[in-house]
Amino acid sequence: MTWLETLWTAVDAIRTRRMRSALTMLGILIGIAAVMLTVGLGQGAQQSVAAQIDKLGSNLLIVSAGSTTSLSGLRGGRGSATTLTAADAAMLGDREVAPDIAAVAPSSQTSSTLVGNGTNWTTSVIGSTPSWLSVRARSIASGRFFTTQELNTSEPVVVLGAETASDIFGARGAVGQSVTIGSQPFTVIGVLATVGSTVGGDQDDLAIVPMTTYAASISPSSGTSVSSIYLEARSSARLSAAYQEADNALLTAHGVNATTADFSLNSQQSIVATATTTARTLTVLLAGIAAISLLVGGIGVMNIMLVSVTERIREIGLRKALGATPGAILRQFLTEASLLGVAGGLLGIALGVVGAMVLPSVLRQPVTVSTTAALAALVISLVIGIVAGVYPATRAARLSPIDALRSE
Amino acid sequence: MTLPDAPSTHALPGPATRVTTEPILRLERVGKTYSTGAVTVEALRGVDLSVEAGEFVSISGPSGSGKSTLMHIIGCLDVPTTGTYRLTGEDVSRMREDQLAEIRNRRIGFVFQQFNLLPTMSAWRNVELPLVYGGVPRAERRQRALEALAKVGLADRVDHRPGELSGGQQQRVSVARALVTDPQLILADEPTGNLDSRSTEDVLNLFSDLHGQGRTIVLITHEADVAARARRATVMRDGVLSAAEGAVA
Ligand SMILES: Nc1ncnc2c1ncn2[C@@H]1O[C@H](COP(=O)(O)OP(=O)(O)OP(=O)(O)O)[C@@H](O)[C@H]1O
Ligand SMILES: [Mg+2]
Repeated sequence: MTWLETLWTAVDAIRTRRMRSALTMLGILIGIAAVMLTVGLGQGAQQSVAAQIDKLGSNLLIVSAGSTTSLSGLRGGRGSATTLTAADAAMLGDREVAPDIAAVAPSSQTSSTLVGNGTNWTTSVIGSTPSWLSVRARSIASGRFFTTQELNTSEPVVVLGAETASDIFGARGAVGQSVTIGSQPFTVIGVLATVGSTVGGDQDDLAIVPMTTYAASISPSSGTSVSSIYLEARSSARLSAAYQEADNALLTAHGVNATTADFSLNSQQSIVATATTTARTLTVLLAGIAAISLLVGGIGVMNIMLVSVTERIREIGLRKALGATPGAILRQFLTEASLLGVAGGLLGIALGVVGAMVLPSVLRQPVTVSTTAALAALVISLVIGIVAGVYPATRAARLSPIDALRSE
Repeated sequence: MTLPDAPSTHALPGPATRVTTEPILRLERVGKTYSTGAVTVEALRGVDLSVEAGEFVSISGPSGSGKSTLMHIIGCLDVPTTGTYRLTGEDVSRMREDQLAEIRNRRIGFVFQQFNLLPTMSAWRNVELPLVYGGVPRAERRQRALEALAKVGLADRVDHRPGELSGGQQQRVSVARALVTDPQLILADEPTGNLDSRSTEDVLNLFSDLHGQGRTIVLITHEADVAARARRATVMRDGVLSAAEGAVA
């Protein structure tokens, strides 16, 4: 009996028991689709997190106030303490102190309401320096960014995020318009180009003003303290050197050591790593649960094959009486089980692909489905089919023809 | 012509047409014991039988006397507990499961008392089944299955499933299945047991025709008139086989 004959016999047997075969496949189908979608969701999340963090700026280091364990053992949230000052930023900008740091942008931020064009719009207002633009790898869509001159004279000028601008001024150009922040009127001098990242808040919904203006009229209580300092290394190769320089300079300046540090220093990479690790852990967890459902599907195949062997015991006896070798019977049942597995797997992949197309619009999460994942799913379902089929098929092959024929 | 106490009689001249020296099948003191738990049943107690090519042998006897047990051993579906069984000179007990499967497939055509057709397959698919295991190509299989069905007079029923056929027609399908491989030996276990007189006549005529074509046939039957058709009648009693009284040896 050729493999093709065996295959057709198996297809026949599956078709004859349509309902049961369909239900058996359903187990594998759901398992495969679940594994594919959870892995796809996880990978999608990892990729989007990495992509969004990339948009924060290249070669970026971030110094945040507080955060590490204080002497009293209390842990402040990042940026919650007031341990960083404009002086720290000035020091890090010094070539002598940190030769590998190209640009420094101290930044403070608070939530505030902007009033303009008859609209009230609450967003985060950032106070920083002109270097913010290059350090954060942003660009201007229209108008211009504020200058050092405007920083020095605390000009009431503001640059808006793309979304903020369109929310307040609609399609009309925002540049040249006026908004009130707190009680101070500001002139909109520019609008940022959109980045579409939401890491650390919506990067398109913000307003940015000169640091001096921020300290004078938006958050007078902050004084010279800043919540974070963005540093740009000269190149990605100099990133770890820049990290060391910034770390040493700040530890010395604040008179603390690594364990008592009142600031935290993170590289963009470490943020990516942390975020993707979290996403990966979640993926593994979800995929584990999905894998269990796949296992249950496999047990379903085994169960149905055992029932099938018992139920078709006379058929097996007859086939043997007509000349089927034990090997032919073994192959027949193994093929049947593998077919159930593979068919379930293929349908599961189809469902997974459809799910991957539909889910993103429902969950607002990207779902990545790779060919590798699909192929792996197919192989896994085949293996499940074979493993689940081995025991029932061996039992069928070992039946003595006459015992099988006699049984009722 | 074989007597239980004279196993060597196979060498004696049988029907005039035969000149073979080696019998197609030869059983010597074949015993079969079934043990079910504490109870052991001696179904066969030293059966001697030798059948020459082209013979038509009937086996009759009371229920439970061991006829089916013997037939299963002859058909290589079961193995004897004691004694030897040679099929064209080869000792069957020495054969592996695969070789037995091949013998069942190529050399023996079995007609079962309960038809044993696969209910989900059409008549011709049932008939081609032995050819599938014999490795015959698909197109040839269909051709041969249709020919076999035509021989049993079912040319117009090839696509019917067993459930759509009468008992007699089903039995004829199973005869066609036994014929399709063109086997040396046809074994039939009460092939007319479930049939009315009309169908019985049809099936028996078939066997007579097959015998006429030179095939070797061993047939189990309860009915005397069926046994009378055979050239040689034997009787099974309590696991022992003997020539029927008044039968032509
Ligand atoms: N698998 C088995 N296990 C135990 N005993 C068995 C088995 N098969 C047959 N027997 C016993 O062996 C004896 C012979 O059985 P067998 O089927 O050969 O009888 P038979 O002559 O064909 O009867 P019938 O004419 O009713 O078909 C019976 O007593 C039966 O109970
Ligand atoms: Mg019987």
